[in-house]
Amino acid sequence: MTHNLIPRVVSKLLIPLIILFSLYVQFHGDFGPGGGFQAGVIFSAAIILYALVFGLDVAEKIIPPYILRLIAALGVVLYAGVGLATQLLGGRYLEYGVLGETQVAGQHLGILLVELGVGLTVASVMLIIFFAFAGRGRP
Amino acid sequence: MIDILINVTLLAFLAITAIAIVRMTHLFAIVMLYGIFSFLTAGLFVVMDAADVAFTEAAVGAGISTVLMLATLALSKDHQEKKSRHRPWLPLSLVVVTGAALVYGTMDIPGFGDPAAPSQVHVAPYYIEQSMPDTGVPNMVTAVLASYRGFDTLGEVVVVFTAGIAVLLLIGGRRAKQTDKTQLEKESDDA
Repeated sequence: MTHNLIPRVVSKLLIPLIILFSLYVQFHGDFGPGGGFQAGVIFSAAIILYALVFGLDVAEKIIPPYILRLIAALGVVLYAGVGLATQLLGGRYLEYGVLGETQVAGQHLGILLVELGVGLTVASVMLIIFFAFAGRGRP
Repeated sequence: MIDILINVTLLAFLAITAIAIVRMTHLFAIVMLYGIFSFLTAGLFVVMDAADVAFTEAAVGAGISTVLMLATLALSKDHQEKKSRHRPWLPLSLVVVTGAALVYGTMDIPGFGDPAAPSQVHVAPYYIEQSMPDTGVPNMVTAVLASYRGFDTLGEVVVVFTAGIAVLLLIGGRRAKQTDKTQLEKESDDA
């Protein structure tokens, strides 16, 4: 699709909006519908659209596969690490209340970090799967 | 009233799409219809006020999985579904019997959003009353998902991560050299 003008122009307009929306879904998930899973898949959809229109190689230059593998692991580590941190601070595993001054502040911080971990892992795993599938067709 | 109209329209389109998928043999068209099917399902979720499920369905079902199926189809040479030789009577009767049993089962299911349904009277009242003072998070779904059932969600993230590792192990593999490939792509584009 590298020579098609209209998809290139339209996707250049759309991709920033999709990424912005995914960040909104990620960090506004406490208040509106959404959360890490949704934000992750929407973000990866934006990158997949980019890869479809501009080519797999260009997309892999933006997000190299080894960084994706790191981020996928980082998300799980972040989630599990929040649990360990609450244990070190004297709470039970994933008892966010001990993270902040008050119960509610701790819950806010804990949920934010945990959702971030979910979003990182989901977005990068979706892209890993896409790159693995799409990369098979190359000579 | 408008809800019923939208629901009937969406369900009718779903049924039409499903029948079209069954009758078609061109696999690219079937993959695109799968995407439309997911998109209609996402619309149904929106009507049921499950916006976050609709996000996921639209992004994963209509977007990513369609792209993955297209990528898989691009690798295969034959894009026509093969006509099956066997008679469809046994599978058909099995499906009809199972479907009838499921429809019979729905007779006992409480109505949509029924406050007296067993699933609504167990822990749901506690979440509705306590999630705001406990977590201060207005979105109850997030409070349940990330806080009350945080351990469960950790398991889900590990499942997603494991799926990524499995795909990498199975087909990730080593890539061909970058220079050769861009050369070939240019040639095929010029041709």
